[in-house]
Amino acid sequence: MRRAVSALLALLIFAYLFGVLLKAPIPGDYRDERYNYYSPLSGREANESVPDHYVERGEEETGSQNIVTSIVVLYRGFDTLGEVTVLFTAATGVAFLLSTQRSKGEKEKKKEPNFMASTGVGLVLPFILLVGAYIFVHGHLTPGGGFPGGAVIATGFVLMLVAYPRFQLREKKVSVVEAFSGLAFAVIGLISLIMGLTFLENYLPKGVAGTLLSAGIIPLIYIAIGFKVGSELSAIVSHMKGGEE
Amino acid sequence: MMANLPFIMVALFIAIGLYAVLFKTNLIKIVMGISIIESAVNLFLIAGGYVKGGIAPIYTSAPEGEEMVLPTPQALTLTAIVIGLATTALLLSFVVLIYRHYGSIDSRKIRGLRE
Repeated sequence: MRRAVSALLALLIFAYLFGVLLKAPIPGDYRDERYNYYSPLSGREANESVPDHYVERGEEETGSQNIVTSIVVLYRGFDTLGEVTVLFTAATGVAFLLSTQRSKGEKEKKKEPNFMASTGVGLVLPFILLVGAYIFVHGHLTPGGGFPGGAVIATGFVLMLVAYPRFQLREKKVSVVEAFSGLAFAVIGLISLIMGLTFLENYLPKGVAGTLLSAGIIPLIYIAIGFKVGSELSAIVSHMKGGEE
Repeated sequence: MMANLPFIMVALFIAIGLYAVLFKTNLIKIVMGISIIESAVNLFLIAGGYVKGGIAPIYTSAPEGEEMVLPTPQALTLTAIVIGLATTALLLSFVVLIYRHYGSIDSRKIRGLRE
């Protein structure tokens, strides 16, 4: 009975969405219908829709090669600050829920580390951390950025937890890293207020486009986000595994 | 019809996720259903920003004169993925708490109030 009702509801929703989305413009086609207009602000004929503005002028305005990065960090940097806050709140919630109520007798036996796993992790771990750092340092040049880079670094800690059953994250030190990187993000934004710009506006030289030291504050912010996300995800995994004794 | 395939997959994923949320009694499977719906919404956003023949909006060694896909939906999807991850972690930790309290993650067995 329950199966029939839920299947019926799911089918209804599917039929509804199917009908609506079949009539929706086909992805990629709708841009043929747009029109250009004369913009008095820029003094030229252009389609001033927001994504077109980002694609056409984003590179010269921010110095970043990756337009998605320039949107995430500069144009909508305040949004990203909120996003980091949401992640922080969730990590705090997981820590609160899973570390306060440890029931007794649930402690799993600590096994000896598997030789194959520990040797393999010892070989691979430095490269994983290196790739993670590469991804968030090059966020303005290549696909990637602080969030994927931090996730890659957190997988390194997950590997350590898998290979060494006795391995424990030093949660105090991790939370110090997390706090300081979050503070760095906010302080970078506040400095632009001090310099008379809007919050999180670029104040550093943009440099030569396409080089590592370019795009002003974007790499700095993404390094801070990378450290923050990496430490938060590692802390979440560590709490889910059982946390510090 | 075939060109609409991403949107059809969105509808299919939402239906599958909804079925899991409604029918399954295992709480972890309900969380999985919620995650599937999240992925469907992300796919919808990305498909909405697609431009025919467009390339990724990155200028590093990009071919000249190619049109780029719209970057704004991708940036918003990045936000949505991270927030989805955060909510999934929180949901799973609630499931762990429920298991510690009731000794079961079957939603039929944890209905009653218990000490």
